[in-house]
Amino acid sequence: MVKTATRPALVRPVPKSPTGIQGLDEITGGGLPRGRPTLICGGPGCGKTILAMEFLINGARQFGEPGVFLSFEETVEDLTMNFASLGLDPRPLSARKKLSLDYVQVEPNQIQETGAYDLDGLFIRLGHAIDGIGAKRVVLDTIETLFSGLSQTRLLRAELRRLFTWLKTKGVTAIVTGERGEGGMTRHGLEEYITDCVILLDHRVTEQNATRRLRVVKYRGSTHGANESPFFIDESGISVLPIASLGLQHRLAPGRLSTGVADLDAMLGGRGYFRGSTILVSGSAGTGKTSLAGYFADAACRRGESALYFAFEESAAQIVRNLRSIGTDLEPSLRKGLLQVHAARPTTSGLEGHLSAMHRLIEEKKPRVVAVDPISNLISVGTSVEVKAMLARLIDFMKVRQMTALFTSLTIDEGHPEGTDIGISSFMDTWLVLRNIEMNGERIRTLDVVKSRGMPHSNQVREFVLTSHGLKLLDVVRDQGRVLVGSERAAHAGDAAVAAQRTTQRAPRR
Amino acid sequence: MSAKPTQRLHKPRKTKKPADFFDLRLYVAGQTARSLTALTNLKRICEEHLEGRYRIEVIDLLERPQLARGDQILALPTLVRKLPPPIRKLVGDLSDTERALVGLDLRPRSPGKS
Repeated sequence: MVKTATRPALVRPVPKSPTGIQGLDEITGGGLPRGRPTLICGGPGCGKTILAMEFLINGARQFGEPGVFLSFEETVEDLTMNFASLGLDPRPLSARKKLSLDYVQVEPNQIQETGAYDLDGLFIRLGHAIDGIGAKRVVLDTIETLFSGLSQTRLLRAELRRLFTWLKTKGVTAIVTGERGEGGMTRHGLEEYITDCVILLDHRVTEQNATRRLRVVKYRGSTHGANESPFFIDESGISVLPIASLGLQHRLAPGRLSTGVADLDAMLGGRGYFRGSTILVSGSAGTGKTSLAGYFADAACRRGESALYFAFEESAAQIVRNLRSIGTDLEPSLRKGLLQVHAARPTTSGLEGHLSAMHRLIEEKKPRVVAVDPISNLISVGTSVEVKAMLARLIDFMKVRQMTALFTSLTIDEGHPEGTDIGISSFMDTWLVLRNIEMNGERIRTLDVVKSRGMPHSNQVREFVLTSHGLKLLDVVRDQGRVLVGSERAAHAGDAAVAAQRTTQRAPRR
Repeated sequence: MSAKPTQRLHKPRKTKKPADFFDLRLYVAGQTARSLTALTNLKRICEEHLEGRYRIEVIDLLERPQLARGDQILALPTLVRKLPPPIRKLVGDLSDTERALVGLDLRPRSPGKS
């Protein structure tokens, strides 16, 4: 009976069953299609079973939806052991009848087929388990195992089709897992029968670093993120890190904040960076990137704001020592807890590990400003496409929280510093380029603002000087069409003081 | 091939359960045409090959669904040979007598066929 009043339901998104898995609900816009089966496919060891189990356990723990796990591969004892080690111990939930685990044993080629049959036995078992605990969620992992035990493929396919239809009539939200097959998403073409939602998992190794990826291949009646998203499995289960799914709807944070360097503030319309913006500082080795990042964090702490510094090259102590030599002391801020330095070698964990660690720390510490020094070191972990995606995600994540973030990037090609950063610069609101110029027997650091969205900014290349009492940007002096820097400029201006300073006291590298 | 069962015909030992006594369980779901076909076929096979040394227990899973777990029942009908060991499982309505006999180890398995 269709009433006209139900028509608006057509435009309403399909009802969803939240997975409770961080990030996955975000990509799927709220979870898996409620009351329908979802296919999760991927190669061996890609995390299908874990995802499925977490869906059930979260359902039982957080959403009051009991679940049935029908395993065709592992015994109940093995499953329990494996998941207990992941913080997903099913035993307490089983004891409270919120979860039912069952192992369906399919012995390959042990069953003699003597005539017509159907899979009613499986239906009855499943129905009995569902009704026994009032289950709202079901996992069938991996149902394709049936094909190894029974030979009548056509009959099995018809029965599986019937099974998935039957699951819908039971009103349960189901996850059906399938092993990745050649030429298709699953070995036996389950994707032909499960058409509401298909999620593909992938586990690949790039230069010794294993990365896991998740992609929603289709989701009928719903929009979804179509990108591959990295995910990782740790002691708290699965976390998916959607790429740039937060969109560009973030509210603008009001106000400006100092760069920590008065001369640089002046170059940026006199008031520094926008609050909530992202800043890229790129340059080759020894151009003063870390110094700028340090001053930026330090300025925040001096305003009484919290700062989080991700150091991928140096230890916290080393950064403190080096910044002390150029006129600022981070020690008091560190002691007060305003400044937190998280130092780690990028290679110590995979890309996902980094993403997760950074997200977790940012979420936990809720800093007002974040410095990542350098972002280019993460390239040693992932390929640059992945770093780009990761950056986009991180930036959105921080923008939504109105945090101001500064990233440094090491440029390899001295000749074209813009070239190496072209990929990530589009995410950035302000882009500063530092250069080392060799001229007249000396090395000169320069700084220029390549872009700074939404504010008037200087288009001059300035000489960037690191002194024991701070960072300075000196005006470039022109003489007969030539740009004078360093001691030449000093000579030109007759400024003996600057010349003396430069010769007696070479600025430390950082 | 069926020499052994015919020999035994003359000395039936119903109570003592000899070593080659067949304890059979037929799992079905309700009184469907297929269930009845399976049971008819099973009775016929037993009468022809196992007379006097078999027992058939029919389990209707619609009435006792909890029993499906124990014998790992998926397909219906399924015939489980509990005795003699090892346990054998046959699925289908037993209309293929040859395959049923092979499945019950009453015929040797033909080479190259499981």
